[in-house]
Amino acid sequence: MTMAIDFQTLTFDYRRSSDQDGHQDAPSPLHPVVVIGAGPVGLATAIDLAQQGTPVVLLDDDHTLSSGSRAICFAKRTLEIFDRLGCGDPMVEKGVSWNVGKVFLQNELLYAFDLLPEADHARPAFINLQQYYVEGYLAERARELPLLDVRWRNKVTGMTQSNECVSLQIDTPDGPYTLRASYVVAADGARSPVRALMHLDAHGRTFKDRFLIADVRMKADFPTERWFWFDPPFHPNQSVLLHRQPDNVWRIDFQLGWDADPILEKAPERVIPRVRALLGPDVEFELEWVSVYTFRCQRMDKFRHGRVLFAGDSAHGVSPFGARGANSGVQDADNLGWKLKWVIDGDAPDALLDTYASEREAAADENIRHSTRSTDFITPKSEVSRVFRDAALRLAKDCAFARRIVNSGRLSTASVLHDSPLNTPDHDAFHCALVPGAVAADAPVFFAGRNGWFLQRMGSSFAGVLFGESSEALSALKDLRPQMRLVLIVPAGSDVKSREGVEVLEDVKGLLAQRFDAHPGTFYLLRPDQHVAMRARRLDPHVVREALNRATCALNETQPV
Amino acid sequence: MRSAMLDTTLRLADPDAFYEALIDMHRDLDNTESQLVNAKLILLLSNQIGDMDVLREAMSMARSGVAASVAASTASV
Repeated sequence: MTMAIDFQTLTFDYRRSSDQDGHQDAPSPLHPVVVIGAGPVGLATAIDLAQQGTPVVLLDDDHTLSSGSRAICFAKRTLEIFDRLGCGDPMVEKGVSWNVGKVFLQNELLYAFDLLPEADHARPAFINLQQYYVEGYLAERARELPLLDVRWRNKVTGMTQSNECVSLQIDTPDGPYTLRASYVVAADGARSPVRALMHLDAHGRTFKDRFLIADVRMKADFPTERWFWFDPPFHPNQSVLLHRQPDNVWRIDFQLGWDADPILEKAPERVIPRVRALLGPDVEFELEWVSVYTFRCQRMDKFRHGRVLFAGDSAHGVSPFGARGANSGVQDADNLGWKLKWVIDGDAPDALLDTYASEREAAADENIRHSTRSTDFITPKSEVSRVFRDAALRLAKDCAFARRIVNSGRLSTASVLHDSPLNTPDHDAFHCALVPGAVAADAPVFFAGRNGWFLQRMGSSFAGVLFGESSEALSALKDLRPQMRLVLIVPAGSDVKSREGVEVLEDVKGLLAQRFDAHPGTFYLLRPDQHVAMRARRLDPHVVREALNRATCALNETQPV
Repeated sequence: MRSAMLDTTLRLADPDAFYEALIDMHRDLDNTESQLVNAKLILLLSNQIGDMDVLREAMSMARSGVAASVAASTASV
């Protein structure tokens, strides 16, 4: 075995690209997609495109991964997306899986909650994993893809766009060059230089509060749970969050208040006594990373500006309570990848990219709403707000309803794209949590002599999923391959075998039928990002074709798919 | 003992939206105004509930842990 890579000190080499050798009179080659920013969102977008056959250039102005642990909570949906991108396993192996959170008032446990009360999902509700590991595993996956051209130390200094393309001015250690692309994805972070170059802004609320992150390395016997204190004796009148990361590192997040001095509070002589007060006098620890932060809940009015698409923190910002930053950014990437591919391949009109913006703007509003409410509960903005908060906390131990009002963060789940124009509304009655626009539920399946998971079999194309023991109805959809994979879900014990063009998955525990409220003959159309596009009690090929056209904005095109 | 009539299970469909509306109700009010608004809200809701047994139980639960119970304090008068 080789030594594990130290992602914190890893550097990537700058390499000169052929685009830098162009002559001034000859136009530089046109790339289909350039992604700016090699953080989790940019890497995920670039991997998604490259593994589906679209060449992509990924630019980063630096040559290292995330400095400091930063985002540490990665949600079940994000892990399912990383599975599709081919790097879910190393994340989950390295990460610390957790489902349980506990909320304390002063010294007393108010209540505990379980984020994944249901068994039989491939992935846990959350893993905790330092951002540099997440970026490191994504970068390792990126390196396996010949169509992905990562260019470190390539800084965007200028941008113009025409009807045909975007021209980027790039600065490198070898000097500047021009890069042309049909589409640009700006995943360049909260302070997005691309956003500034385009004179665009994000709007929202700044919260007048400061928080201290102290990541400490120690041997401790706290359980692997999210612990949140309101007004603990070791840090009175403020909140504290304790969370475990891999490598014996623990995240401790102290609320400091607006008047705290951000420079002074970072000094070890200030930080160590705060940590000591929590851990007690006998626990040995060392400081791994310290940061004092404030935050804004904000978003750009539009995530699409012509041929430039904004994704992740450049497009939207949230408070950290609920882990909705990186997780929603990876969902942006998941939403955008297939749409860019369909448009670039000429299989869908450019209007499909408008739905990236509208779907993810709605998701951002939801994330901002949740994280704002959490922040307003944790940090009351007025005297009366504090009184109500304390009242809810004091009722919470005895009254179930009050536990649902206490808000220490509503943790990230997949957005349901309720109002998406890509959804085909139900015509038949379904009785399950799944609705058009929601991410398909996961469940165990058996196929080709082994056990696996439904979502991990879905790949990156549309999927036509039929329940029952006869695949005959699916044969009417054969001409839609390879853009639609055809899947038959058979009941446990069925001996129907996969055959040409139809993958058969055995619903070993009957949970897939239960979670999809499926009877024999029930059909689901899933998008490449695994959201439900349409469903019906029986497969009508005409209806499926129309739903596929709707889901790719091709309904009004002269040349339907 | 009389069976409990006050329902402390969750009855609100969207508790976060309720809480946000409750805090929003106080926007731009000073403390005295907020107290008045809270009192009016309690009176409105009490009338809506209309059941004196439920209201007594809620009053008792609200006071518990804050000070001696009403019954104890009146008994000493």
